[in-house]
Amino acid sequence: MSEVRTLVIDGRDVAANSDQTLLSVARENGIAIPTLCHLEGLTDIGACRLCMVELEGSKKLLPACVTQVQEGMRVVTSSERLLEYRRRVIEMFFLERNHVCAVCVANNSCELQSAARALSLTHFELAPLHPDVAVDATHERFVLDQNRCILCGRCVRVCDEIEGAHVWDIRGRGANARLVSDMGTPWGESTTCTSCGKCVQVCPTGALFEKGRSVAEPKARRPYVPYLVGHHRRA
Amino acid sequence: MTGASGTEGAVARPTRARRQAEPLVPQGPARASAHVCQAAGCLSMGSDTLFAELKERVLASGARDVAVKRVGCLGLCSAGPLVEVPEQGRMFERLDQPGGVPLDELVASLTGGALGGRELGEEPFYSRQVKVVLERSGRVDPEKIEDYVADGGYEALTKAMTTMSPDEVIDEVVKSGLRGRGGAGYPTGLKWRTVAKAAAGPEGKYVVCNADEGDPGAFMDRSVLESCPQQVLEGMAIAAYAVGASRGYVYARAEYPLAVKRLTTAIRQAEREGYLGREVLGTRFDFQVEVRIGAGAFVCGEETALLASIQGGRGTPRPRPPYPATSGLWGCPTLINNVETFANIASLVERSGEAFASIGTERSKGTKVFALTGAVTNTGLIEVPMGLSLREIVFDIGGGLAEGRKFKAVQTGGPSGGCIPEHLLDMTVDYETLSQAGSIMGSGGMIVMDDTSCMVDVARYFMDFCREESCGKCLPCRVGTQEMYLLLNRICSGRAGMVHLARLEELATMVRATSLCGLGQGAPNPVFSTLRYFRDEYMAHIQDQVCPAGVCQIEGVPAVAGTHAGSHGGER
Amino acid sequence: MAPTTVAARPAPSDDKRWRQVDVRMRRLGYRPDGLIEVLHTAQEAFGYLDDEALHYIGDCLGVPPSMVYGVATFYSHFTLEPQGEHTCVVCTGTACYINGAGALVKELEARLGAHPGETTADGKVSVLAARCLGACSMAPAVVVDGEVYGKVGPERLLGILEEL
Repeated sequence: MSEVRTLVIDGRDVAANSDQTLLSVARENGIAIPTLCHLEGLTDIGACRLCMVELEGSKKLLPACVTQVQEGMRVVTSSERLLEYRRRVIEMFFLERNHVCAVCVANNSCELQSAARALSLTHFELAPLHPDVAVDATHERFVLDQNRCILCGRCVRVCDEIEGAHVWDIRGRGANARLVSDMGTPWGESTTCTSCGKCVQVCPTGALFEKGRSVAEPKARRPYVPYLVGHHRRA
Repeated sequence: MTGASGTEGAVARPTRARRQAEPLVPQGPARASAHVCQAAGCLSMGSDTLFAELKERVLASGARDVAVKRVGCLGLCSAGPLVEVPEQGRMFERLDQPGGVPLDELVASLTGGALGGRELGEEPFYSRQVKVVLERSGRVDPEKIEDYVADGGYEALTKAMTTMSPDEVIDEVVKSGLRGRGGAGYPTGLKWRTVAKAAAGPEGKYVVCNADEGDPGAFMDRSVLESCPQQVLEGMAIAAYAVGASRGYVYARAEYPLAVKRLTTAIRQAEREGYLGREVLGTRFDFQVEVRIGAGAFVCGEETALLASIQGGRGTPRPRPPYPATSGLWGCPTLINNVETFANIASLVERSGEAFASIGTERSKGTKVFALTGAVTNTGLIEVPMGLSLREIVFDIGGGLAEGRKFKAVQTGGPSGGCIPEHLLDMTVDYETLSQAGSIMGSGGMIVMDDTSCMVDVARYFMDFCREESCGKCLPCRVGTQEMYLLLNRICSGRAGMVHLARLEELATMVRATSLCGLGQGAPNPVFSTLRYFRDEYMAHIQDQVCPAGVCQIEGVPAVAGTHAGSHGGER
Repeated sequence: MAPTTVAARPAPSDDKRWRQVDVRMRRLGYRPDGLIEVLHTAQEAFGYLDDEALHYIGDCLGVPPSMVYGVATFYSHFTLEPQGEHTCVVCTGTACYINGAGALVKELEARLGAHPGETTADGKVSVLAARCLGACSMAPAVVVDGEVYGKVGPERLLGILEEL
């Protein structure tokens, strides 16, 4: 049974249901916490670490997307330290792969890019890693460009949890982790893909995109398939 | 031992070994018994063929009151193959090896001739130890449950199930003050109580033994499983009874084939004798144990990753809460303890929580098993009461460093631990003191380093380890460990400026604070601890382009650091 | 976990080694959580895991191909490439590292032309680096075809390999 909880976020008193996460309560109350791996309607995995927040009386930071509210919590979502860490997270996403926004189909509709803008990330201090990764254009309608992939796993989850096909998974580990379809076979030869396009819909960057879209197409991307946003898990 | 005889390098071949493995048991009471170590270290020095040979020699001598048996680890692996004759209080080291004890000396000792070998009482390596976990290790045959039972094994399980309620068992564990031996030191009794109170899931509750001992330089769990697997199983059965679980798993490393084999044998024998399986000790309590073999992923030592792996998936950790104690395997309450923790249980229940708590310090009770290795004279497995000083461990038990070598540091806690310098050698070894010194107890690896080790290189070594073992799920660990490795590499090769050192420290702080699991959170620890105690070595690499230990290959002039996007080329 | 509807199906070929894999899967009740155990068995039987084996095991256990592939590539013990006739595992745990495991790896690279994870051009020896074999008191340790050798120097290692 869901009960009412009251807590304080950034100095504001807010009320929440006991089964809500800090992220959902904050967003309900217009408090912005950046996220990349979170998507309403999919299981949260707490992987991108952008949504880390401070809890008064605790040294540990908490990922807002997977932290349940508790009575009397006092939460800070945007201290100087948190902003610095978030900038570092975004910087490392950019350095991990070869994200050249100017020639990316997701330019101006990219969640990574907008997070960087919102955090006023102006320069990189660390070394670029940029491994040699491939573009897979074998699918008749879609393209996978590993250079833009941030391994958020949204495509993996939407394909598994909503479409029920589990075409995508992660291969290898650490620096060698890559998004793969089936047995690492080209996407176009996948025996499990239903070509539903949900993975493309949920990709926060330009890693998965529709063929025929020109570079830096100015119009915003289609909204997510409606039933994704439809709180299907609460049913 | 280089250039040594043909016996070295041989290991157990199970099929051949089985035929030769039968002990020599005298008709009447044994006047002397030779305990031949059959753990991996001694086996690789040929202790299995030695066992067979010794049996033949004793038989040929006509002595009828001498026993020859196979036992688990005797501890001083560097002096293997080892044979102990407990009735005579003697240890025979480097048996039949160049510079070691000749086999004739042991045979004479056993058959009424002059006593040979070394007196156990006079050697600090043996006399300073206190054995609880390893008590039966050098006494019972690791592959014979009868031997374990004859030595008092499974009396604790019988006592718990016949005279104590599950709650009373947990009370004893709470009273003992036992803390998890896997690294973090969480109170074991509290964990048991949480699982006991949790409502059973659709498949009841589970007890899981974490035998995924991944810290490089640590082999306590391997030794315990190879030496006395029944003791671990008994601890698990007691735990299952206490928390109300009916199924259990042991998650063991693929790198430990002998431990897995002996464990599997032990489970089969315990089921046959009614200590495991259906209707344990003829009661209505069932406890089925299965072995799951890891496949080479350090991160699976993290409990949520371990559970994911037991369920057949990629071993990636998940955020906690929910903790496994309330939602673990298939969503059921799951008790996870490591090998050494379970190995403490039988003795704790048999004696009492208070008796257990009489050993150790105020907040760290009992003993701790350590794998003492590196630049120290006596390397091997030791068990000491909590609260002994590092100096006593390294210099008394470990026998100090080799002639002419200077002590530099002790590394504890593996890739999440730290390096402790000489001026802290008198600190006591317990959870709190180690953590205050910037290291952790960890699972018990203790690697002694001398002046030939470069501490920046050691930090780089551990970062290399972490970046390769990072599961890749969370960004700070996946990319942060790579970036820290590149920075350390830059420092080691003499191409770094102060700006790189500052970046390394900032990044280390961020990765520690934001990573999802213990692997990422702990990965910066070797950097922090070496910076704290050996900053001068970092400075020598950075400012003078010199590696004081002569380990690092200095490449050349430091690069001017780019601070803007696009000016950081050539770093790879 | 509930048993799945998938179960036994014909093996990819009449190679007898499939029987070991089938037996293991049957013992595990064709449960998807037995995946890692079955991969172990298949690798023991065939020496490595090829696409055919991964597909077959996934089909039998009801695990999607990408998940099987994700698991098989996550764990360093599994190999998707055929291995050499012999294997030489150099332990690179901490104790071995500070006692010269690095020199052993370099020697193998120089003399055999194989880095850790690679097989010599003639297919004779696969060189592997292990995280820690737990044989720290014998550092540096090497395992050649399942036999553990302790306190190995570069010279002795080459001697051992030459005798193969």
